[in-house]
Amino acid sequence: MALAKITSVTGRAVNVPGNDIDTDRIIPARFMKCVTFDGLGEFLFFDVRHDPQGNKIEHPIDKPEHKGATILLSGANFGCGSSREHAPQAIAKAGFKAVIAENFAEIFFGNSTTLGMPCVTAGREDIAKIAAAVEANPQTEVTIDLEKLEARFAGQSVKIAQRESARDALVNGRWDAIGELIDGLPDVRSTAAKLPYMAA
Amino acid sequence: MAKSLFQKVWDAHSVRKLANGQTQLLIGTHLIHEVTSPQAFGMLRDLGLKVAFPHRTFATVDHIIPTNELVEPYADSLAQAMMDEIRKNCAEFGVTFFDRASGKQGIVHIVGPEQGITQPGTTIACGDSHTSTHGAFGAIAFGIGTSQVRDVLATQTMALGALKVRRIEVNGKLRAGVYAKDVILHIIRLTGVNGGTGFAYEYAGTTFDAFTMEERMTVCNMSIEGGARVGYVNPDETTFAYLKGRPYSPKGSEWDAAVERWKSYASDKGAHYDDVMIIDAADIAPSVTWGINPGQGISITENVPSPETATSADDKAGIIEALEYMKLPAGKPIKGTKINVAFLGSCTNGRLSDFQEVAKYIQGRKVAAGVKAIAVPGSQIVALQCEKLGLDKILVEAGFEWRAAGCSMCLAMNPDKLIGDQLCASSSNRNFKGRQGSITGRTILMSPVMVAAAAVTGEVSDAREVFSVN
Repeated sequence: MALAKITSVTGRAVNVPGNDIDTDRIIPARFMKCVTFDGLGEFLFFDVRHDPQGNKIEHPIDKPEHKGATILLSGANFGCGSSREHAPQAIAKAGFKAVIAENFAEIFFGNSTTLGMPCVTAGREDIAKIAAAVEANPQTEVTIDLEKLEARFAGQSVKIAQRESARDALVNGRWDAIGELIDGLPDVRSTAAKLPYMAA
Repeated sequence: MAKSLFQKVWDAHSVRKLANGQTQLLIGTHLIHEVTSPQAFGMLRDLGLKVAFPHRTFATVDHIIPTNELVEPYADSLAQAMMDEIRKNCAEFGVTFFDRASGKQGIVHIVGPEQGITQPGTTIACGDSHTSTHGAFGAIAFGIGTSQVRDVLATQTMALGALKVRRIEVNGKLRAGVYAKDVILHIIRLTGVNGGTGFAYEYAGTTFDAFTMEERMTVCNMSIEGGARVGYVNPDETTFAYLKGRPYSPKGSEWDAAVERWKSYASDKGAHYDDVMIIDAADIAPSVTWGINPGQGISITENVPSPETATSADDKAGIIEALEYMKLPAGKPIKGTKINVAFLGSCTNGRLSDFQEVAKYIQGRKVAAGVKAIAVPGSQIVALQCEKLGLDKILVEAGFEWRAAGCSMCLAMNPDKLIGDQLCASSSNRNFKGRQGSITGRTILMSPVMVAAAAVTGEVSDAREVFSVN
């Protein structure tokens, strides 16, 4: 199946600062009692967007000026903890198309890439520069350029990085590996045939 | 060339290189549960695909299952819907399902080993980050997301980049009252919660050599809490003795051949490691967490850190955020902190030996007034083993509720939840904000015997003092 070549993402950004933002924080477990991913977007960061009584409290993604933002900014070790794909699904379903953070937990990174949602890293100071530009003018357009590996915003540009296998998959439109994996099925069967525990 | 177990297993399961440089890796054993599999089956249907190797996928139900309600339909209709869905999917796609009626249901990471499905030299994947547990047998076991569950169902493979390997050697005898749980909490404290990113951990040394399989599982289980997706122990006689005679273990003449093959997967002397960490077992104390991630741990005799002692601005911000959430005073002993709930169970510490050890100490003691204490066996088989030994009676006599098997309060996707800002002494694996089901609920991670000590005194305690361990 043909997948989009994701060479860049452009949109407004919102900063959700903090390190070690875990996938329980991104999507609390109680919202995973579902058999599809539809509707997860509204529960993104639910427990830090609501008080214990369920009333809305201030959170960057709810601010009117950040409505429609498609790029999420955050700190180090973003997406740590549970392997739940519900976390990147919730981010994507809430309208985000990419995440810029200092670094990512491994499983989250892989899950996001498979959804065609680029996760790119940037230095702390550089993320702070983007956040400052967005703070000063929430309408600031940020472009994540996966070919030049830079983020451009408000006349500035900073370096970004991404693991080459993920970058390659995104820009060449092969970020969902299922087609390629299926093509390999004959080889899979011959590899399996050499392993006694795979016998039926 | 000398190779590590990781390299050998990786090579044996490599199907081919993919266009983006990743490897198409054969996943010999696929374990699934009700939370992260329904969408994957849905994707298979959408794509018109079948399960490629249905005899290599095994399913059970653990996350949503109520531990105090045995009859369906469950009161929670969403839980029932997930139950119905996995049952339907397994029947439709020809996957073995360890349902409650089979007597083999339980937490997926407890079921695999006890059935003998988890074997050395194999690759395993499951849509759950604690899949690293299975590495205790010398398997390479990955926690994966739902799209990868789909990939494994459809092709028995997934796309992966190779990991680096860090050997973590622990040598010597653990001090009295120190458990496998303390070993892994100690390691995560040293590495931080992301120090393992990009690594597979090879746990080794004389401490691991002496460990039982259940102890090895406890350590491997929490590898991901330090950022490592994979953790394993080289297979040895302890591994083989555990596997012998289990339902899915090789039988008869196949057994000897399997053991020979399994031995050949163990890391060679002189294998290359990208990093090595060496720990003296004598340096490890009974450990507890004080914060909101598993790396924020201290020994029971230490004080909670204060922002002034922070080593960096990040560390300082982390301490302030954690203390505010945990409502703990900075710089004061953690010992003596009042608890409301005691939870024994989870894929980390919900096995027979965990309950045996607790029963040994709690016999004749009582849970403190006002403390809600629950004991949740990790599987129906663990429950039965405990009941045969009368451990359930000892726990109930002491004031614990004895529940049916499941994930229970580890992640509270079921009726077992903290209420308000209750503080829980927990034998589970995560102390994230809200993890145990209340948005303000607080978790202190510790070994099962430390949970028992906290239950008895009503406060975070040194089990060595409470139970006169020396």
